[in-house]
Amino acid sequence: MSNIPNELKYAPSHEWVRDEGNGVFTVGISEHAQDLLGDMVFVELPDVGDVVAQGDDVAVAESVKAASDIYAPVSGEIVAVNDALNDSPELVNSAPYGDGWMFKIKISDESELAGLLDAAGYQSVVDSE
Amino acid sequence: MAQKTVLFAKHVECGAKMVDFHGWDMPLNYGSQIEEHHHVRQDAGMFDVSHMTIVDLQGPNTRNFLRYLLANDVNKLTVSGKALYSGMLNEAGGVIDDLIVYFLAEDFFRLVVNSATRENDLAWINKQAAEFNVTVTERPEFAMIAVQGPQAKAKVATLLTEEQKAAVAGMKPFFGVQAGSLFIATTGYTGEDGYEISLPNEEAADFWQKLLDAGVKPAGLGARDTLRLEAGMNLYGQDMDETVSPLAANMGWTIAWEPSDRNFIGRAALEQQKAAGTMKLVGLVMEQKGVLRHGQKVVTEGGEGEITSGTFSPTLGFSIAMARVPASTGDTAEVDIRGKLVQVKVVKPNFVRMGKKVI
Repeated sequence: MSNIPNELKYAPSHEWVRDEGNGVFTVGISEHAQDLLGDMVFVELPDVGDVVAQGDDVAVAESVKAASDIYAPVSGEIVAVNDALNDSPELVNSAPYGDGWMFKIKISDESELAGLLDAAGYQSVVDSE
Repeated sequence: MAQKTVLFAKHVECGAKMVDFHGWDMPLNYGSQIEEHHHVRQDAGMFDVSHMTIVDLQGPNTRNFLRYLLANDVNKLTVSGKALYSGMLNEAGGVIDDLIVYFLAEDFFRLVVNSATRENDLAWINKQAAEFNVTVTERPEFAMIAVQGPQAKAKVATLLTEEQKAAVAGMKPFFGVQAGSLFIATTGYTGEDGYEISLPNEEAADFWQKLLDAGVKPAGLGARDTLRLEAGMNLYGQDMDETVSPLAANMGWTIAWEPSDRNFIGRAALEQQKAAGTMKLVGLVMEQKGVLRHGQKVVTEGGEGEITSGTFSPTLGFSIAMARVPASTGDTAEVDIRGKLVQVKVVKPNFVRMGKKVI
């Protein structure tokens, strides 16, 4: 059974979103997603200052198995990226909801949050695969 | 239903992620394939290779049969136990399979062939063997465990009887010996020291457990693939198949052209291919971020090629690949990675041996 924390929101494409307050949201990929991909070898992150729209491919997670696009779960401006992943991409495997976070977005349209899944909704996405 | 090896329960016990591999339920990894890879390079790891097919050939005419069946020449095998790597070709010079043949006695040779090609191989071998009066016997009653890495032999030694230790003492690479119930061979698919050990199915789980207790860590198909690719070893079905000449698969060294009067299956076609020229299989190195992968297009001045196997190399810390490219390809090429052309170095397809970088 894969860990799906209740306090997070999820996109069906396996990103999670954590509300950090002041309209800033941290984004990473779920434990289920990292398990599907296997050992991470490179993570290509966006640049701070990039303005992205919901659904844009903004990062690439390259694992031993495949290169996988990471999509912006909400629209906004990238305000931080996790530089630690440059040297330690395996953090995505070992701590997908913690030190393996990927980037932070300052949201531009709060109404998009309503379209994201809660833990139960994401669980059903995982179950249907 | 996928077939299971006799070690299936041990894999589950070890926390394996199981996947379907050509009809076999096999371990992909036991957590982290990169850690498993490093463990083989630095210490000792073990692989369940029981899905591979062991075929015994018996009869007074076996040597002559193999001299006809294989592109390499078993007349190179003069000492009992010596092994040889060879392609088994069709009449068109395509590779039906790559295999290892052991010379056990003048009337007894053993083949170890790929599992994915098992049925095809057996049909082909049986068809060719009829004329030579050679008996072909598959040996599914044996499991096979590969123990590989700089500490592999020392750790295996802790499990052996005095007689078995004596039997393997000083054994050179590419030899096999029957020692008690174990057939122990100094072969492998990692570029490291170690053994491939065949043993009766009913002894396999116990032997696996003893290896675990001796500090040998299990490694899955994922690590097996990155290790063999670093060692520049071909994977059948990916780097070559029935449509590919061994000359275009870095297997030219396995073709015994001399003596010129030895007729083997595919010889006539190979001679024509050699005269006409073929593509070549090279190594690619990309030191910048990104991963070279199977199927990516390679662009060279002399035309296009394709990556046959690509991966991130855990030992080197960057991506490596094998690619089939035009014979004129020089020291550099470009690879189309997700729409971007990236420059890569072209090298011999051999990247890591005995834990050391060789590029």
